[in-house]
Amino acid sequence: MLKIIKLAMRNLARYWRRTLLTSGLIVLGIVAVLLFVSVSGSFKGLIVGQITDSMLGHLQVHRKGYVASIDNLPLNLNMKPAQVEKVEQALKSMSDVVASSPRLKFGAMFSNFTETTSIRLNGIVPEREAATVPLLAKRLVQGSAANGLLERGKILIPEILARGMKLKVGDTVVLVATNLDGSVNGKTFVVQGVLGDVTGPGGRDGYIHIDDARELLRMTAPEVSEIAIRLKDPKHLEQAKARLEQALADVRNAQGQPALEVHTWEGLSPFANIARMIDLLDVFIRVMLVGIVLIAVMNVMMMAVYERIREIGTIAAIGTPPRRVLSLFLAEGLLLGLVGTAIGTALSLGIVAVLNFWPVHFAFARQVIELAPAIAASDVLLISAVVLAVAALASLQPAWKAARMDPITALRHV
Amino acid sequence: MALVTANQLAKTYRVGHVDVPALRGVNFTIEPAAFAAFVGPSGSGKSTLLNMIGCLDKPSGGRLTVLDTDVAALDRPAAAAFRGANIGFIFQDFNLIPVLSAYENIEYPLLMVQDWEAGRRRARVQELLDAVGIAEQSGKRPDQLSGGQKQRVAVARALATQPKLVLADEPTANLDHDTAYRILELMKKMRDDFGTTFIFSTHDPKIMGEAEMTFTLEDGRLTNSGGTHA
Repeated sequence: MLKIIKLAMRNLARYWRRTLLTSGLIVLGIVAVLLFVSVSGSFKGLIVGQITDSMLGHLQVHRKGYVASIDNLPLNLNMKPAQVEKVEQALKSMSDVVASSPRLKFGAMFSNFTETTSIRLNGIVPEREAATVPLLAKRLVQGSAANGLLERGKILIPEILARGMKLKVGDTVVLVATNLDGSVNGKTFVVQGVLGDVTGPGGRDGYIHIDDARELLRMTAPEVSEIAIRLKDPKHLEQAKARLEQALADVRNAQGQPALEVHTWEGLSPFANIARMIDLLDVFIRVMLVGIVLIAVMNVMMMAVYERIREIGTIAAIGTPPRRVLSLFLAEGLLLGLVGTAIGTALSLGIVAVLNFWPVHFAFARQVIELAPAIAASDVLLISAVVLAVAALASLQPAWKAARMDPITALRHV
Repeated sequence: MALVTANQLAKTYRVGHVDVPALRGVNFTIEPAAFAAFVGPSGSGKSTLLNMIGCLDKPSGGRLTVLDTDVAALDRPAAAAFRGANIGFIFQDFNLIPVLSAYENIEYPLLMVQDWEAGRRRARVQELLDAVGIAEQSGKRPDQLSGGQKQRVAVARALATQPKLVLADEPTANLDHDTAYRILELMKKMRDDFGTTFIFSTHDPKIMGEAEMTFTLEDGRLTNSGGTHA
């Protein structure tokens, strides 16, 4: 085998310009794919991480129909204490659940005593919320997290509101909310912190303690609007969702229908569609790479066979077995793919290292994202395997033609 | 025992809708260690005959045996194996592999056809380089060699696997007379040193006189079968 590889290398070096050009094309394709995969993966990972780790969690449980009306934050579709208890029990039995956080969501009027606006609020248990969405505290652009996240009587407000109403940490504000019975109640809060805005649902919400929320809404029973859940391994999202749905299947409403719904973050955030689009582009660019390698290698190998017909006739005449002639041309095609893959991968790793050393920042919606691209070993292995397989496939027809060539016809070729 | 035997050997090519006979009932016998030439003008059937003896082509009629093997019975891989084991080739245009040095060209059949181990291979190539007198040029590629040197490399390559038979189709056609004679002398010496049978074709009357046994072909027929020279 080594002797075939050595001879194949010599033959590739014979037409070094063509070899360089073809390898260059493969290198370009590999670099394009690996950089796209790493940069888009980094972008997707950052955004998804921010959505799940600072807002939604990986899974959420709601009362049936709540998500369909989530824009109105309906108080009449909150989960009842017995249902909450059932969910908590189910979550305790699931080993892949790291944390969960009950939330009471509602809309309120927000006033700094001179101006009033509306606000979406989350009543939370600070320690549980911090464990479920650990990046929420990191979104604080003013103030600091205390008592896990916030103290009773205090509020975390979105940056857009702080800026618009010229509020800072320590200022007093008033929240006025209407409860389920239609009665209005107000309560003062001290601004504990200002949260940086992020894209997606809940990205511009305020946060207060769940007991303050219940007090404001004059709620007698400990109802919650949703329970956000953090998983040990978000890759097993669908399996975890299915297990939880199964565990909650016996919680029924008056009509005997399932009373609760489980949603993944993908079902709650429009970014899931962007993520799917990125995945589609990823597939598209991989298909393009296959096309580049196929055409480049096939072209160069067909040329190689055509230009070396007399040589093929000679080696066949002196007794080289047809399978060895086949191996020789296959080896040339494979080497082209191998060289292109090796250089392309090395170049991509180098560029990624540079991108990590001098990070690229760009604005996405209102956020500035710092990319941290990384190339997974599995991606390198998969792409290398695809390129080598395609290079072999592209060389097969020319190699087969060379192996099947009639020595007399080949020797007569001018 | 004869090395090559032809009995009513015929070959017909089909060109479009027309059958063109290249050989018409040829009979001859060549003994081992012969230095034989097929001579005749272009188109007389010399190359066709050499191709069939070299198992590169099959007869349309009659019977041809080489080393007791019926050439017509060999399929493509078997013919390749038979050539690799028993026959060496020398071509008019030398047909050396351009990316390989003189040494590597001679080594090629030992490496790619017969799988000799490295030490034995080295010794054999060195022996042949010395025998054909191009040891000094062993590292040069074909484009750095003269015509005569290339043909010496080709002779050495043909002999590398110690074949019983070497076929040379117009081996001197691209060489000047002096070089041509030197190549023929070399081929004869190789026959003497290694006992290999040499069969070559030529249309050059001066060259054909160097053969010890001459078969004259005209229009696919043997007109002089096995004439010997002193």
